[in-house]
Amino acid sequence: MIYLDNAATTKIEEPAFNAMLPFLKEEYGNASAVYELARRSKKAIFEARKNAASLIGAMPSEIFFTSGGTESDNWALCGAYETFRKKNTESSGHIITTAIEHHAILHTAQYLESLGVSVTYLKPDHEGLITAAQVTEAIRPDTFLVSVMTANNEIGTIEPVCEIADAVRGIRKDILIHTDAVQAFGQINLQGIAKHADLLSASSHKLGGPKGVGILFIRDGIKFSPFMRGGMQESGRRAGTENVAGIAGFGEACKLAFAGIDSKISAEILLRDRLIAKLSDITDVIINGPYNAGDYLKRLPGNVSVCIKGIEGESALIMLDREGICASAGSACATGAMEPSHVLKAIGRSDDEAKGSLRFTLSHHNTMEEIDKAAGIIAEIVEKLRNGKNF
Amino acid sequence: MSKTVVVGMSGGVDSSVCAYLLKEQGYNVIGVTMQIWRPENVCDIADNGGCCGLSAVDDARRVAETIDIPYYVMDFRSEFQKWVIDHFAAQYVKGLTPNPCIECNRHVKWEALLQKARDIGADYLATGHYARISQLENGRYSISASKTAAKDQTYALYALTQDQLAHTLLPIGEYEKTDVRKIAEEAGLPVAHKKDSQEICFVPDGDYASFIEKEDGVTVPGPGDFVTPSGEFIARHKGITHYTIGQRRGLGVPAGERIYVTDIDPASGKVTLGSNDDLMTSVVSADDIRWMGLEGIAPGERVRVKAKIRYNHPGETGYLESAGEGLVKVTFDKPVRAAAPGQALVFYDEAGTYIYGGGTIIKT
Repeated sequence: MIYLDNAATTKIEEPAFNAMLPFLKEEYGNASAVYELARRSKKAIFEARKNAASLIGAMPSEIFFTSGGTESDNWALCGAYETFRKKNTESSGHIITTAIEHHAILHTAQYLESLGVSVTYLKPDHEGLITAAQVTEAIRPDTFLVSVMTANNEIGTIEPVCEIADAVRGIRKDILIHTDAVQAFGQINLQGIAKHADLLSASSHKLGGPKGVGILFIRDGIKFSPFMRGGMQESGRRAGTENVAGIAGFGEACKLAFAGIDSKISAEILLRDRLIAKLSDITDVIINGPYNAGDYLKRLPGNVSVCIKGIEGESALIMLDREGICASAGSACATGAMEPSHVLKAIGRSDDEAKGSLRFTLSHHNTMEEIDKAAGIIAEIVEKLRNGKNF
Repeated sequence: MSKTVVVGMSGGVDSSVCAYLLKEQGYNVIGVTMQIWRPENVCDIADNGGCCGLSAVDDARRVAETIDIPYYVMDFRSEFQKWVIDHFAAQYVKGLTPNPCIECNRHVKWEALLQKARDIGADYLATGHYARISQLENGRYSISASKTAAKDQTYALYALTQDQLAHTLLPIGEYEKTDVRKIAEEAGLPVAHKKDSQEICFVPDGDYASFIEKEDGVTVPGPGDFVTPSGEFIARHKGITHYTIGQRRGLGVPAGERIYVTDIDPASGKVTLGSNDDLMTSVVSADDIRWMGLEGIAPGERVRVKAKIRYNHPGETGYLESAGEGLVKVTFDKPVRAAAPGQALVFYDEAGTYIYGGGTIIKT
């Protein structure tokens, strides 16, 4: 098996797995209790909070553990809305986001629209880029939130989030800036981002941690509604007994990512550029998203997204699966069927081009041999599909 | 090397057993569920409590896991919309009575799905239909009745081409329905006791008129007149999409005797109500002819057939002959009741064993 779907999820890192084990067995204490057993759970959560904070240059007190990226995104948008409505009973307010966000943002925004909120969905350029000027031009007197993703999950475009945050703040100080960093967290250097954004979502299983854990970063000092009500966990902002094992594994994955981010980035760029070069040799292949060899300031190091003319990504994925290669096309629905990608449409791909999309997301655990082998199989499959009949 | 077959799995017992049987027979089986439901937005999901036929997919996936075959969901929503739903609505607006299963089989399953199956390297497409495929003495492939006489699904398969039939497997046709359930039970398939589906899958409540009204881009004809066979006004009606030929219930017209819809005229919006006798006809004509067991029919030739004018029609014997370019007619030995334009006229050999061909009933 060759695993090239690391944007969907990653294999858990061995140290992260090991860090979880005590809390699944002997260290079962509820972190809220007073005795020694509980204190060890509490300490593990504290360590994890520090490690997660270090990846974005935040303080531990600004990190709130959630059940994952989707919850964090839901909380960010709904929390911002509730916070706004508490002060403004007359107006339902306005959100600025983009047309290429993950469904966790888009579907939450649509939900808020159904409650009366106005939402502006900014269109990116042909590489998937949103500019600060676009965002500031969209600001209205009732705008209460800007949410622009840190990096796109499908085409890998890295958005100028810090610049956007500064530009918005230059105009209005009371607009919250959120960024969905699920795809970028632990993949690229986000050291400065906590100085610019107010809210940031991230997920554990995209960087070698376990599934079912994430964070919402909430900048110190901002007023923000809780999402889950109940006990006083997470400073009363996100109630519920902590998923200690998950949090401990997540923390360990953050620690690994922090220590190894530069070598990880260079390894992934080499693999990525190799695969892009090989796929570019196939005729009629479009690379989606910004691409300069060696560059990771505009594109995620591990992301390869292509549209291959004359084939259906859906069939190609199944044939790749038959060959033991894990890849993806657009984002998947709960049924497992492929949706026509809203991201590819937003960057101007035709329906036919979007149908032929494939996404390979690499990790530093992949090898050059794997990439070469996969590239060879992809080329064969494309030829088969283009020749039509397999009879 | 064993042959590869893609099995269209609906999550029901028949297609599940189909996959199981083929796997037992040594085929390399790939399970596929066609996603034909339209995109739903997040607010619909909150209202309807689900998305994209998840339970059907869950059932099919559990069966695939049980019998250990690879399983995929493929997106056929645009094909289904175009060939089945749009066609269905357009036919109703024209006063016709379409059979969407025929269109789905013809265009979605045996064109789009078969092509995808070929794309991924399959030799055959298989489904859980109660029908069999055989090669006749003249070398042509045809569809014949399944072992389960009570569940004959040949009618909706008449439009398949020779090439499609050559690449199709229908293993369920060799079994009785009761045996199929038994096989499912013995194989431990989690759908062994699932109810058979009824009605048209995309209009589960059977209210076609409201379904059509909700379709984008469809202008539903407004109210019109109910008239007698001689053209006299009886009452106003809700619009022609609310009626089909042979309908008796829901007319809202008080009458001493039993009255039925005997004719629908989309141009004038008139719906004719008449007696049961007015519904009887000896000659039924059809166009858009697809030949299966027979290669065709020469002008002047008369062939003895048994023909069906709707799904579940037991069939009636008669003569098949050409009625001009691209048209045929069947003259029945005994009159048939309520032949509705838009439905299929499917003609079999005289014993009713296998399909000669079929077409769409036209108004004469």
